[in-house]
Amino acid sequence: MFRSHILVCGGTGCTSGNSMKIYEALVDRIKKEGLENEVHVTKTGCFGLCAYGPIMIVYPEGAFYSQVKLEDVDEIVNEHIIKGRIVTRLLYKETVGEDGSIKALNDTNFYKKQHRVALRNCGVINPEKIEEYIAYDGYEALGKVLTEMTPQDVIDVISKSGLRGRGGAGFPTGRKWQFAKNSPGKKKYVCCNADEGDPGAFMDRSILEGDPHAVIEAMAIAAYAIGSDQGYIYVRAEYPIAVQRLTIAIKQAREYGLLGKNIFNSGFNFDLDIRLGAGAFVCGEETALMTSIEGHRGEPRPRPPFPAVKGLFGKPTILNNVETYANVPQIILKGADWFASMGTEKSRGTKVFALGGKIHNTGLVEIPMGTTMREIIYDIGGGCPNGKKFKAAQTGGPSGGCIPAHLIDTPIDYDNLIKIGSMMGSGGLIVMDEDNCMVDIAKFFLEFTVDESCGKCTACRIGTKRLYEMLCKVTDGTATMEDLDKMEELCYYIKENSLCGLGQTAPNPVLSTLHYFRDEYEAHVRDKRCPAGVCKKLLRYQIVADKCKGCTLCARNCPVGAISGTVKEPHVIDPNKCIKCGVCMEKCKFGAIIKA
Amino acid sequence: MAKKIDVPFNGTKEQEEKLRAALSDLKKRGDNGLMIAALQKAQDIYGYLPEAVQQIIADELGVSLAEVYGVATFYAQFSLYPKGQYKIGVCLGTACYVKGSGDVYKKLCDTLKIEGGQCTDDLKFSLDATRCIGCCGLAPVMTVNDDVYGKVTPDEIEGILAKYN
Repeated sequence: MFRSHILVCGGTGCTSGNSMKIYEALVDRIKKEGLENEVHVTKTGCFGLCAYGPIMIVYPEGAFYSQVKLEDVDEIVNEHIIKGRIVTRLLYKETVGEDGSIKALNDTNFYKKQHRVALRNCGVINPEKIEEYIAYDGYEALGKVLTEMTPQDVIDVISKSGLRGRGGAGFPTGRKWQFAKNSPGKKKYVCCNADEGDPGAFMDRSILEGDPHAVIEAMAIAAYAIGSDQGYIYVRAEYPIAVQRLTIAIKQAREYGLLGKNIFNSGFNFDLDIRLGAGAFVCGEETALMTSIEGHRGEPRPRPPFPAVKGLFGKPTILNNVETYANVPQIILKGADWFASMGTEKSRGTKVFALGGKIHNTGLVEIPMGTTMREIIYDIGGGCPNGKKFKAAQTGGPSGGCIPAHLIDTPIDYDNLIKIGSMMGSGGLIVMDEDNCMVDIAKFFLEFTVDESCGKCTACRIGTKRLYEMLCKVTDGTATMEDLDKMEELCYYIKENSLCGLGQTAPNPVLSTLHYFRDEYEAHVRDKRCPAGVCKKLLRYQIVADKCKGCTLCARNCPVGAISGTVKEPHVIDPNKCIKCGVCMEKCKFGAIIKA
Repeated sequence: MAKKIDVPFNGTKEQEEKLRAALSDLKKRGDNGLMIAALQKAQDIYGYLPEAVQQIIADELGVSLAEVYGVATFYAQFSLYPKGQYKIGVCLGTACYVKGSGDVYKKLCDTLKIEGGQCTDDLKFSLDATRCIGCCGLAPVMTVNDDVYGKVTPDEIEGILAKYN
């Protein structure tokens, strides 16, 4: 028995902040003190509150230390572990009550409204130890399925739970499995899409890093349901920690007989392989992903035939996303009704969102479907920093759209998001404030899709490029009002004439910003002005005469000699020479240079 | 597009042996779809995929060079040109972008006098715009080989680069 447990976050966010060195230093120090039989140090998956990383939590007190530095390790050991005095200065502010008492993490604003199903083990167990997963009911669902349920029972439970695909499109998972089960054929495949490519979405990575066995268990359950014996996990090579933990997890599962031949003595065989993606966004599309697993250029294939009939290597295949799988074992254990009791009528359960952008609490949150955007952004996320005004939230990545401030009370589920011109996507939620230009954001996403279009369909390959060029005209101030209409027309053309989801959704960022922020587009076109002060070509740097002390710093740093003036007199910028590099504004110590 | 740098191919005998051994290991798995794994191995060994290396893979796997080239140019992970000793990546994922990683990226281009995908003439630094690397809490993020720099501002660039000079 240990008297104290120290959990150090080993997710990518905290690891980038040096948490593994902190972990090692802790282990060393504990050993040096001869406390290794009293104090247990373990690394876990992501706690979710990435903005305050590196994160560490010490039990039994539940002291939640945030933004820990390597130098703090000695103090934590000396004070907290040896003397039993909590290091108050390192505690996450929200966990300290007014009287100085420690509040439970679940009572803080960030965690209070969350409901963790897919992330339940992240930040709780050590993902590199199968024993810890098993202690948290791990592989019990697989045991139950193999010994008490028929494949059809499994599919019925999943269908009844109302689980829909968490990868973006929201296709009912049970129905997908049913199709694959009904497809004739001896060889079938179960695939997991861990090629999380939406910029700003990292929930799948966190699940793989924090709870890899949940995905393995769910894939085995799916395999039993459809009659498969081989699975593939397609994971991004850019996620080295996830790949490493998954590799360890698969090895342990094999050693325990939870993968391989005759699992639980039921005669059921199933094994798994990892395939590393090589960096192509289109491979998140199901048919492209399968083409890529087969070793080719990851180009999508026409449907039908659907993968459930003819998928990987021409065999019936199901493909689900990581987060979808992470829900499965608990649905089996707790029942379809339990899962269906959460969320809205058509979108059951919970959804993980990756909060990012201009928001206080960047990180991962899991909330019941139907929670409003306001609750996520203000109550959980803590709003925009620096007192800036919230302008829009972007969901669905390059396939989604921007949700303007006046729709902030929309309850989030699959259907509502589509109704307001966005989509769930994999769950990235990027917050933008008044300093973000919506045309620039649309351009940013288009640049992404131009780059990532595989080139198979002309409408997507050339159409997105032309659309991008038109957006450049807008941000350069050379577009006409007619161009805006042409852009819209081109958007619909691309949507209608593309084979896969990438092309069909690529114009969404443009359409939704044109719809909700047309005034910003018009300001660029008509007034040659960027209201947010982002678009360089439309910017004009000016010196406020009252604030300028005439220190000449700006003039000395200007690369093109566009600033003139005598010492101790207000300076002036020549707009004809200025290249809008912004160096003057960066250097000015008096805030005398403004964007106009 | 990456700037073509004429670096003569100077793969060693050991590298070639390593690659051939890795390829025969892969083939032993008797599995379909090995091309991507083969290219990943080759890039691990050589750092990039020059034509001579692609030819070895084509021969070993019994496919045409065109097919190898097709796959190698499709995926962002593969590079046909050598990378710098220090590989700089700037995350241009959405979360980093809205927090100003575009300015950081531009500052790097200006300072190193190269564009994304290119390498400085002395082969010291190469610069790439990367997709979201998933530490959005640290946005904007840049990486130099395995070092991660979070909450970077354009002012800090020169100081960061100086550490590697």
